[in-house]
This record gives sequence, structure tokens and C-alpha cells, in this order.
Amino acid sequence: MAKTYFTEDHEWLRVEGGVATVGITDYAQEQLGDLVFVELPELGKKLAKGDTAVVVESVKAASDVYAPVDGEITEANTSLSSDPSLVNSAATSDGWLWKMKLADESQLEGLLDEAAYKAHIG
Amino acid sequence: MTGDIKHLPLEDLHVAAGARFGAFAGWSMPLTYPAGVMKEHLQTREHAGLFDISHMKLFEISGPGAEALLNRACPFDAGALEISQSKYTFFLNEAAGIIDDLIVTRLGQQRFMVVANAGNAEADDKHLRALALDSETKGVFDAKVDALDRVFLAIQGPEAWAALSRAGIETGSLLFMHGFEPRENWFMSRSGYTGEDGFEIGLPEADARNLVARLLEDERVMWVGLAARDSLRLEAGLCLHGLDITPEIDPASAGLMWAIPKEVRASGTFIGADALRAILERGPAQKRVGLKPQGRQPVRAGASLFNAVGKPVGHVTSGGFGPSAGFPVAMGYVETPLASSTSPLFADVRGTKIPIDINPLPFTPHRYRKG
Repeated sequence: MAKTYFTEDHEWLRVEGGVATVGITDYAQEQLGDLVFVELPELGKKLAKGDTAVVVESVKAASDVYAPVDGEITEANTSLSSDPSLVNSAATSDGWLWKMKLADESQLEGLLDEAAYKAHIG
Repeated sequence: MTGDIKHLPLEDLHVAAGARFGAFAGWSMPLTYPAGVMKEHLQTREHAGLFDISHMKLFEISGPGAEALLNRACPFDAGALEISQSKYTFFLNEAAGIIDDLIVTRLGQQRFMVVANAGNAEADDKHLRALALDSETKGVFDAKVDALDRVFLAIQGPEAWAALSRAGIETGSLLFMHGFEPRENWFMSRSGYTGEDGFEIGLPEADARNLVARLLEDERVMWVGLAARDSLRLEAGLCLHGLDITPEIDPASAGLMWAIPKEVRASGTFIGADALRAILERGPAQKRVGLKPQGRQPVRAGASLFNAVGKPVGHVTSGGFGPSAGFPVAMGYVETPLASSTSPLFADVRGTKIPIDINPLPFTPHRYRKG
């Protein structure tokens, strides 16, 4: 059974079998506006919590998306290369950004659940 | 920028329209509306976009010395302007650096309208008043400088004229780069900064509220924010002061010498004339060019440019994505010999070298109504 977590930086993680699928929230994509490019991470790249994993670019600006926990990239959403607007139209489903194998599942305890995230964005 | 952030007189209308605001040149400006920058941009190219550009400043210069004052303040020939004719020109500093770029329109024998940029309004005011006899600085020209308090709207796009007509404003005989005063305290010109046909209208706030209400009843018209204004002007190859042109950049480097008539270059007595002549004599060291990144990744302002062997040769001053072009677009400066280069340069984006081609400007053709 997958469990979904959120961060204060407006990311979501769906964790199943020690692997997290990561994306940005609907709130975040709305703030960014129309995306035109997503710089995807290399497979096998090891990231520490807070490292830049992906750069999303709107018409106007580039924004970093950080690794919410430590881990290793196992997959990047390559359909974003041809259609970055999936992040706008389906931020929490087809617009996912990357998958990572968690280095330390106990880090999940520090993240928000949906109710806490909703309270965070007001 | 000092002091509090300034608010547009029509801010309540933008709030009601769901605008997202951001700071620009000391003003809180609508960046996007709920439609989003892509739709707003394309709406302007295909139909009509309505922009609140009240952050920009209108100055009226009047009096027997108005023409002479402008010939000193700007590298152009105010005397050659016919009534209602507009010209794109600049204020230059003594080093021929661009203090601001502006549009001057002759309203009457001794009256001109100057439209200047928001961020430079104070510097422009100072520049003009230093030359006027009646000001504290006791300049030499017998002219009066009035900074006008107006709402300033732009309506841009192929259907702008039709939307204005439906709103009761006929534009029929007005050609691109012409302006006049259709009503008391109104100034309207056929001009803009999107590459499209369009109009800019300075008017009192109450009149502006009426006009906006009538225009927005028209389904061809939508509010367009500063984000799309930027992507539109970049595709059109137009410079943004503060990025593409600055007080450190002269008109020759910027590729804007078309705005300075030959006889003015040769014998004009404008501020910065000597410095500009010296630059023209030796040739500018760098030139502004259009830049088209290969691939989909935008290259933005501040990115450094390198040649094939990794030598720094320039930098990007504006860059983003062109919604109408369908690819990333940019402008920047390169060493003069490279301005006509047909082999790609390389832009550094977060440590990756992206191949980027010199590309003719504009990226999307201008569609001005010139006659």
C-alpha cells in the first residue's frame, strides 16, 4: 500500500517498497506557471536531502526541485522531455518527476501528511 | 530602489481578475492572470491583449525651447517630427550610455509627449529638468517639463483596432508610430512593444475604468500580464532597458543606430555626441545579437557565452521561451567579429554547455500597420 507524503517545499512523494515517486504539488505548478522544460536527473545519481534533483523551467524562470530525502535516482519521467506541460496538467499523476530508492526510510517521519500540507499552504 | 513599492491605480481590477503580482521597477505589477503566460501571449498574437502599463511615465515638454531641449536631450531631430509623428530615441549620458529608451511624439508646434520606462522615471525627470530654464537647476532651454498623472493602457494584437472601435474609439487613419490627443487629457498612439499592431493610451483614471470595462466585454480581449509582455517583446527582438540596454551600453553596440539620423550622428549636439562619435570611429567592441539555443532548454539572462574552444566571448541579457516561436529565444552581446558567426557558440547553463546559434532578430515578424 503506497503512502503519500508532502514537503514544505511543495513536493509530494509516493512511497512503495522502499522507492519514492516524487513530483511537485498542484499548488507549486500553479505558482510556477506554464512549464516549457524539465532538466531531468541522471539515473544512478545519489542525492542527499536538499540537493537539487531537477530544474523546472517556466516561460519566465528556472526553479530548483530538491531531493526531499536521501536516495538514488532509479527513474526519470522522460515523457516530460517532449511534454513538460504534463507537470501543469497532471502534477500529482502523469507529471511525476523522478523515482528514487530511499537510503533511510526513517527520514519520511519528518515529512508532512496531506492534512498538514494543506494547512501549510493555507 | 528606495521607498515603498508603488501600486497601480487600477490594482483592484487586476485583483478582481485574479492576477498574480510581482515587483518590477519599484511597482507591484500583474505578472500573470489565471489564463497563464502561454495563453496570454498567444491571445495577443492572435486577437488582442490588454496591458496595464501605468508604471511607465508620460512627460509633456512644452514651450518655445521644447524642440531645442529635446535635440540636446536625445540623439534625434525633433524639428523633423511632424505633428502626430512619433520616434523611438534615447537619453544618453556623456559616455553615450543609454539612460533610457523612449518614444517622443510631437503634439503641437511647441509641445511633445515623451513616454519613458518605469524604472528610469526619476533619472529621466532629472535629465529633462536639468535642461529646462524654469527648473531649480536653471537649464538654458525655455521649456516646461510636466510629469503627467495618467493611467496608461496598451491594447496589442491584430484585433486591437476592432476592439477599440467596438468600444467607441476609432483608430482608422492613425498609422504606426503616430499619436495624438483624442480627448482632453488623453494621449493615444499606434505603438507598442509586442511586435504586433496596437495602441497605447494614456488617460485619467475614471476614463480608464470605463474603457477597460468596455474592452473586457469583448471576447477578443483579455488582460495580459508582465510575463507575457516580456516573452512578446523578446520574440519581437525589442530591448528591455535594464537588461539589454543599460547606462553602460551605447546605441552602436546595441544595434540601435537606425534610431539616430545620419546628420545627427555627424553634427548633432546631443548629450553624449562626442563619445558616440568616438565609438563609431573605432567600432563597438561588442554587438547585440539574437540567440537561439539548440534544443528545448531556455538560456536566460546572465548566462555566459563561449566559443568552440571555451574562450568567453559574450553573455546573454534576455532569455526565455518563445510561445509563438515554439522554441527558446534569447538576446545578448558577443564580440563584434562573432556577431555574424554561422557556427554555434556555447551558453553555460548550470555548468552544462548548451549550443546556441546567432539568430536574426526578430524571432517572430513584426506586423505593424505602417500604411
